[in-house]
Amino acid sequence: MNIDKKITDDLVANGISFVTTVPCKQLAGVIEEIDARDEIFHIPSNKEDEGMGLCAGAFMGGKRPAIIMQNTAIGVTINTLATLIQYYRMPLPMLISYRGELREPVACQVEMAVHTKALLAEMKIPTYHFHHQKDVEELDAILKYTFMCNKPVAILTDANFWGGYGDQ
Amino acid sequence: MIRSEILRDIAPIIRDHLVVCNIGLPSQELHMIDDQPTNFYMLGTMGLSSSIGLGLALSQPKTVISIDGDGSVLTNLGTLPTIANNVADNYILLIIDNGSYGSTGDQPTYAGKKTKLEKVAEACGCENVVVCNDVDTGKVLQEAIDSKKMTVIVCKCDSGNIKLPVITMDPVVIRDRFMKAVAS
Repeated sequence: MNIDKKITDDLVANGISFVTTVPCKQLAGVIEEIDARDEIFHIPSNKEDEGMGLCAGAFMGGKRPAIIMQNTAIGVTINTLATLIQYYRMPLPMLISYRGELREPVACQVEMAVHTKALLAEMKIPTYHFHHQKDVEELDAILKYTFMCNKPVAILTDANFWGGYGDQ
Repeated sequence: MIRSEILRDIAPIIRDHLVVCNIGLPSQELHMIDDQPTNFYMLGTMGLSSSIGLGLALSQPKTVISIDGDGSVLTNLGTLPTIANNVADNYILLIIDNGSYGSTGDQPTYAGKKTKLEKVAEACGCENVVVCNDVDTGKVLQEAIDSKKMTVIVCKCDSGNIKLPVITMDPVVIRDRFMKAVAS
């Protein structure tokens, strides 16, 4: 199975046509796939809170948006999640590279990893964790759930899910 | 002129378009001067008026005017390259540049000192950047709307605030009303 293609297919099948991204090594393949699809307008952001603003505008313009980012972005976007996405009750699937988990080579990434689920729980954000490749089978249902309840929803995808970092 | 006087001046122009209005006093002033379903009032999240407006402009055909401030643009300076590189000709960013953080007590911003936001916008790649004086805002804004070219307007004005109440409308009501106006 090509995970990048499967994820992108699920986004398209759920009518998601506006995707903003802040890159991560783990997400490079899916970002490339999204960029190549005609059905999706891909707009890279310079920072994740900016990206959430773009997504809020796209949603009010009638599009289904999504954001792709690293878990470090949770530290950046708490205020935006609370005062924009949640306060105005907007749906936002967040496909998140969960750095600092098993098979992580960069120690500093662990420093935000240990806070990630706690912060998401504190924000009452529904959170799913993809650890094995087969976990991606739930993505379609998670996307439907997100647009059903009009909430930000986190999908954490760790290094094991993506197949590790090779020689790094 | 101060910001509220400019908003009063341009109210007849912007009421026919989609407006995303900056957090704090700008939204409170616009709400008091000319509340419209086509106004999206930001109640929080400083800095994102330009981003919300760009996302909206890229997603539907109606003209979108983001009313922002110099302080808010400085908060989200990364917005200018994103705007420049994702041209939406139905998008106007109106930066009301009074050189101060008005909603928090008129503390000076760097835009009121050495930093020129119009030059920053141009360096980021924005192609139609117009600087105007407060009294000319309506004329410049109307020209930008008529041009159907994405435009960044930096409107130089005085700092100063008027006393007015906060917006008590529920955020979901603001959003729902706005979305219905967008779709109509």
